[in-house]
Amino acid sequence: MNDDIIKIQGLSKHYHGQKVLDNIDLNIVRGEFLTLLGPSGCGKTTLLRLISGFENPDSGTVIINGHDVAGIPPHQRHVNTVFQSFALFPHLNVFENIAFGLRCQNISTPEINSRVREALRMVKLSELSQRKPHQLSGGQQQRVAIARAVVNQPLVLLLDEPLSSLDYGLRKNMQIELKQLQRQLGITFIFVTHDQEEALSMSDRIAVVQAGRIEQIGAPREIYEEPINLRVAQFIGQVNIFDTDIIEINDKALKVRIEGRELDLENRRGFRADQHIYTLIRPEDIKVWDETEVTDTHNMLPATVEQVIYKGSTVDLMIRLPSGRLIAATEFFDEDDDTLDYERGEKVWVEWYPGWEVLLPHE
Amino acid sequence: MNSDRLFTRFAIGINAAWLTLFALVPIILILIVSFLKPDPNFFVLMHFSPRSYLTLINPIYLKVFARSLLLALITAGCCLCIGYPFAFILAQLKTRFKPLLLLLVIIPFWTSSLLRSYAMVILLEAHGILNSFLLRWHIISQPLHLLYTNTAVLIGLVYCLLPFMILPLYANIEKLDLRLIEAARDLGASHLQAFGKVIIPLTLPGIISGTVLVLLPAMTLFYIPDLLGGAKSLLLGNLIQMQFLYTGNWPQGSAVSIALTVLMSLLLLLYLRLIPKAQRSQPL
Amino acid sequence: MMNRASKTVYIMMIYGFLYLPILVLCIYSFNNASYSSLWHGFTMKWYAVLLQDNDLLRVVIHSLTISTIAATTAVILGTLAAVALYRYHFKGKQIFLGSIFVLIILPDIVMGIALLILYHALHIPLGFWTLLIAHITFCLPFVIITVLARMSDFDENIFEAARDLGASEAIMFLRIIVPMLLPAIIASWLLSFTLSMDDVIISFFVSGPSYQILPLYIYSLVRLGIKPEINALCTIMFAVTLVLVTCSQILFKKKL
Repeated sequence: MNDDIIKIQGLSKHYHGQKVLDNIDLNIVRGEFLTLLGPSGCGKTTLLRLISGFENPDSGTVIINGHDVAGIPPHQRHVNTVFQSFALFPHLNVFENIAFGLRCQNISTPEINSRVREALRMVKLSELSQRKPHQLSGGQQQRVAIARAVVNQPLVLLLDEPLSSLDYGLRKNMQIELKQLQRQLGITFIFVTHDQEEALSMSDRIAVVQAGRIEQIGAPREIYEEPINLRVAQFIGQVNIFDTDIIEINDKALKVRIEGRELDLENRRGFRADQHIYTLIRPEDIKVWDETEVTDTHNMLPATVEQVIYKGSTVDLMIRLPSGRLIAATEFFDEDDDTLDYERGEKVWVEWYPGWEVLLPHE
Repeated sequence: MNSDRLFTRFAIGINAAWLTLFALVPIILILIVSFLKPDPNFFVLMHFSPRSYLTLINPIYLKVFARSLLLALITAGCCLCIGYPFAFILAQLKTRFKPLLLLLVIIPFWTSSLLRSYAMVILLEAHGILNSFLLRWHIISQPLHLLYTNTAVLIGLVYCLLPFMILPLYANIEKLDLRLIEAARDLGASHLQAFGKVIIPLTLPGIISGTVLVLLPAMTLFYIPDLLGGAKSLLLGNLIQMQFLYTGNWPQGSAVSIALTVLMSLLLLLYLRLIPKAQRSQPL
Repeated sequence: MMNRASKTVYIMMIYGFLYLPILVLCIYSFNNASYSSLWHGFTMKWYAVLLQDNDLLRVVIHSLTISTIAATTAVILGTLAAVALYRYHFKGKQIFLGSIFVLIILPDIVMGIALLILYHALHIPLGFWTLLIAHITFCLPFVIITVLARMSDFDENIFEAARDLGASEAIMFLRIIVPMLLPAIIASWLLSFTLSMDDVIISFFVSGPSYQILPLYIYSLVRLGIKPEINALCTIMFAVTLVLVTCSQILFKKKL
């Protein structure tokens, strides 16, 4: 008996002849915080709606807690949804909004009262139970929406871009609160977002969805540091991509040509000689040296500083290579180091920590 | 799922049945009756006859038709000329009294036209307030005989139907982004060009809805000529009313109604053809 | 194009045009003279005359009965239709909506004679029932369109949320949709009632001598000329419209 609470197999969905989801397989582990991350229109919300039961798949199965849920209406699936627009009932007060699901199940009034009060305490809204939704702030409405869903003790909570209508500062706070809430409740969360930062900071696992397919699924760090293809790498974070020719392979060592210079890299993926590959390197993994600081220019590329953008804790550099192309580099301030002083037009050498690059084959 | 469908069937079914029985069937009946022969003992004889339609081409009928249409067009024209600037100014106003000002247009919209026509009679009558006022200030020396003229009917129609022009125009102009005028002016358009090339095309849905809402009643409000005077068969509405109640020629009255309905359909088609779907304003 | 002052003068003039005749009518209803445009002092006697007119009172009761039943029936049927139109897809939906639209702009006189022909063909004597059916029929499309327009402003997720939380169709209708629509429902009831109380043209064709209603009674009076008690009656009618329409507009604007 494995511990997958949801198993999705071969799920496909069309709208008006357009393929929205294409043969999705996905297992969701009990108690995890899984994020479906992708650009708008990639099918992530549709996937959520197939799990919740608001839509029916064209083919494939959804198994929740060991039961195939085909044909089972949303409220009998033991999953609840928190909507992007919150969808609070405008004519009911906070207490009645939260109690709605319990009342539908004909639960006794004393139990409803105690469970709603508990939910209110959990989302810190005990004082506001008599308010109407329009008398609440965005963050408070958000909490009511969450309380209204979790009070039903669902096996899985589905959250459809729940933070996207909040402003930046509030969104940061709610991210932390949501994560705490999930730990406290031990409920499986499936969270849909297009915000990679949100996904990276909250999730146990991220599934990157693009054009109706799951491109990669894994821990945030894995997704960020070991993207499986260019699409994932480009969607998550900023990345510099170099066309790379393999010149020579010597066991684990790789001699390549990037931007006309020969570099030594590690061969971790079993590439063959004469293969064209991509070298991916994140801006923050790039080191930029002043010409005068460098004696040995092995594994480095010559470049010119084009633009310096001061960001407080970091400096972002736009650097032009001799070929004419621009790359991005991010340098972190260090209390003890005052050499982070770049000027436009300054000649520099660029390198990265060996092994921090990602090599991907051409597709 | 099942209860959804049951509910839909019930909700739509009962309404569809009602409207079929009491709107669609009766309208088809008009069409049928218009092709039958009149019965001198009221109602109709079950004999096919296109005579009612042939009579329509008779110059007497054509004259009424043309006169009624002309009067309706003049009414719509007057309402547009008076109502457009009004709606424009009202939509642009930035005051906290705006809801109140709008309400003051909505109230006449819902007030009985009969009541408002009667109020107009009081105003226009020979010994009425308008004449007393004009005489006292020596603007005229003899009381004006406005009442019981065609002018009075026109004034009455414009008075009754003006809100039906203003409200669709207002709804349309209010949604208009006024920065468009500034943008057009900025790009070198004169006031007149900005108005003709930007404002008019964008408010066309409102203009047409308003015109339709004015034109049709203006041909059928039979009690306005009845109260305010003028020739009694001035409007198509009076003609239909006479056919049914006094002459007893139901097929003829039906044929006139069918002609009116055809005119309405033409106006509707014009609206659908001219205005892209996204711009159509909600019917009031 | 126009300066502020001329704009103000213009809209004041139009408001003057819209309200002056009604205002004069109201003032005359308190004038202590039978046939004069001059002011002969304030009196309530014309209103007193109305109260003693048994014919009038009977007609008023008839009208109130018809309008109340017609508005209520139309609002119930129309709300059901609007909810079904908004929430479900079914064959013929566009045709149904199209017919509603056509019925709204169909000239009253055509609907009046259409119903007259129907009643005649079915040998239904003109009276209470024929009037009631006609009034329900012309209020119905109006209610459907108004309630539907209001529903279109709602967040669709609210209905999904209710379903997600286990609401059955009955609970959804009674505990979510109807309470949320209540202001719009009451407002369209008030306007249907107004529409019904004011209708002359359709009622003219489908009423019989056995059941007279107020707008036709007023019509028969005003054809005979100006009388101070008609002024008083019209003033009351206008005041009722004023109150009903103002209430309905406040309800339309109301946020829950």
